[in-house]
Amino acid sequence: MNWRAILTIYRAEMARAFRTILQSLIAPIISTSLYFVVFGTAIGSRIQEVEGVAYGAFIVPGLIMLTVLMQSISNASFGIYFPKFIGTIYEVLSAPVSFLEVVTGYVGAAASKSLLIGLVIYLTANVFVDLPVQHPLAALGFLILTCVSFSLFGFIIGIWAKNFEQLQLVPLLVVNPLVFLGGAFYSITMLPPVWQRITLFNPVVYLISGFRWAFFGTADVGVGWSLAAIGAFTGACLAVIWLIFRTGWRIRT
Amino acid sequence: MAAIVSVETLGKTYDSGFEALKGVSLAIEEGEILALLGPNGAGKTTLISTICGITRPTSGRITVGGHDVISDYRASRMLIGLVPQEITLEPFAKVLATVRFTRGLFGRPPDEAYLERLLRQLSLWDKRDAATRELSGGMKRRVLIAKALSHQPRVLFLDEPTAGVDVDLRKSMWQIVEELRADGVTIILTTHYIEEAEAIADRVAVINDGRILLVEDKARLMHQMGRKELTVELQAPIERVPEALGRYHLALGEDGRSLTYGYDRAAERTGIVSLLKDLSAAGLVIRDLQTRQSSLEDIFVGLVREEA
Repeated sequence: MNWRAILTIYRAEMARAFRTILQSLIAPIISTSLYFVVFGTAIGSRIQEVEGVAYGAFIVPGLIMLTVLMQSISNASFGIYFPKFIGTIYEVLSAPVSFLEVVTGYVGAAASKSLLIGLVIYLTANVFVDLPVQHPLAALGFLILTCVSFSLFGFIIGIWAKNFEQLQLVPLLVVNPLVFLGGAFYSITMLPPVWQRITLFNPVVYLISGFRWAFFGTADVGVGWSLAAIGAFTGACLAVIWLIFRTGWRIRT
Repeated sequence: MAAIVSVETLGKTYDSGFEALKGVSLAIEEGEILALLGPNGAGKTTLISTICGITRPTSGRITVGGHDVISDYRASRMLIGLVPQEITLEPFAKVLATVRFTRGLFGRPPDEAYLERLLRQLSLWDKRDAATRELSGGMKRRVLIAKALSHQPRVLFLDEPTAGVDVDLRKSMWQIVEELRADGVTIILTTHYIEEAEAIADRVAVINDGRILLVEDKARLMHQMGRKELTVELQAPIERVPEALGRYHLALGEDGRSLTYGYDRAAERTGIVSLLKDLSAAGLVIRDLQTRQSSLEDIFVGLVREEA
């Protein structure tokens, strides 16, 4: 293993994030605070409690997941797309590094960034609401798994994208709706029965539900299902990345 | 000398079906400067990219320092530095930082003293904390060279290092290449400027349409193929070459005022002295003399045309 290369990529990517700290760290915090104001205060004053949890606190796990998910995808996809776009990717391709090392460096950095954002949002949320965490280790585990798996997914999008439009396409048209319909702001038990069924096909439901269980001990679906879903998603991403590695698809001519 | 880069019957067909390389074989010796000469689209960049690992070969085999570039890519790539044709730099990265990045990517431990020496050699030390987008085109190209040399490679590929570069910078680039050679670095440079190959290369390989047409020591190439011509301008025009001068195979100019004599500069006797004697014996008065040596360009154009 060329550990130094992994560390070099990781450091360079982290440096890029801190160079644009306003965009990468402050912006997510501001938008999360806005969610608190709009949903927590405006709607929360009418809903009071969901499954025995104050509505303001109830939406926190969903909010963290929502931001972490989107940030993981955009960080990782941009991280690998940018060198492809400006041409500096030649350096990585001609260096004595394996694809595994490249992925570890880029995905590791993207996942670290979104993990950091997730933790900052958690701390910010504590300012607004009383937020006990019943299973802290499980919460951290879910968070890290989500950061890693969606950074892997973002990396695939970054490799696949041929232009900036494609880079935005999947996050906007697929991930965004799934996230908003994934129960970030409501419990799926609040939906009509038909929609409860349909919603079970949304993978994000399992993520948010599992994460919420780690906070409050209640969940829409079993924690086992949540773990299985995120495990399957990570496995699928790894398989695709392995295929890209084998074929050099859209990287090596 | 042992070949440090060995290319054996390399073929490359792109997914589009375009056959960029058609069985290229080439041995590059350690410490030499090889100019890879060819028109646009000849396969120069494809050949370099394949050796460096950016492009996958369709057939054939490449070794660098004895290491196969596919099965033993780590060892082979460690030996290689690549300066790409296009200026590709992360615009916001600082000069020293981006050079450090490349060194790290190649798994080399930090060596600030070496990087300082390198940047000083390339006149970049004063700019080490500047973002690359603030630099002039020539400076950017130097940064690319610094990156390529950051991990102390033994083979340096320069893909059209002086394309679109002004004369001064081109001269200083040649200077840098000369210094690198003194350090023992093997240099392969692609160019379509003949003068560049003529000025700095030890050997010249001519590539066209995916095939190597010729690989030859530059001096010998110019020696062998570089015929010289002597043109004699006459005081008064003549109708035809006098019979007494038949053995010189002279060509008479259209206006009848010039005679052209082709000779081999390297030959024991060029025949110039006797030609001049015989000219005056034949009663021809010489007004002026000119000699011309065919350049690499003539050789190159001749070769490529022959191929077509």
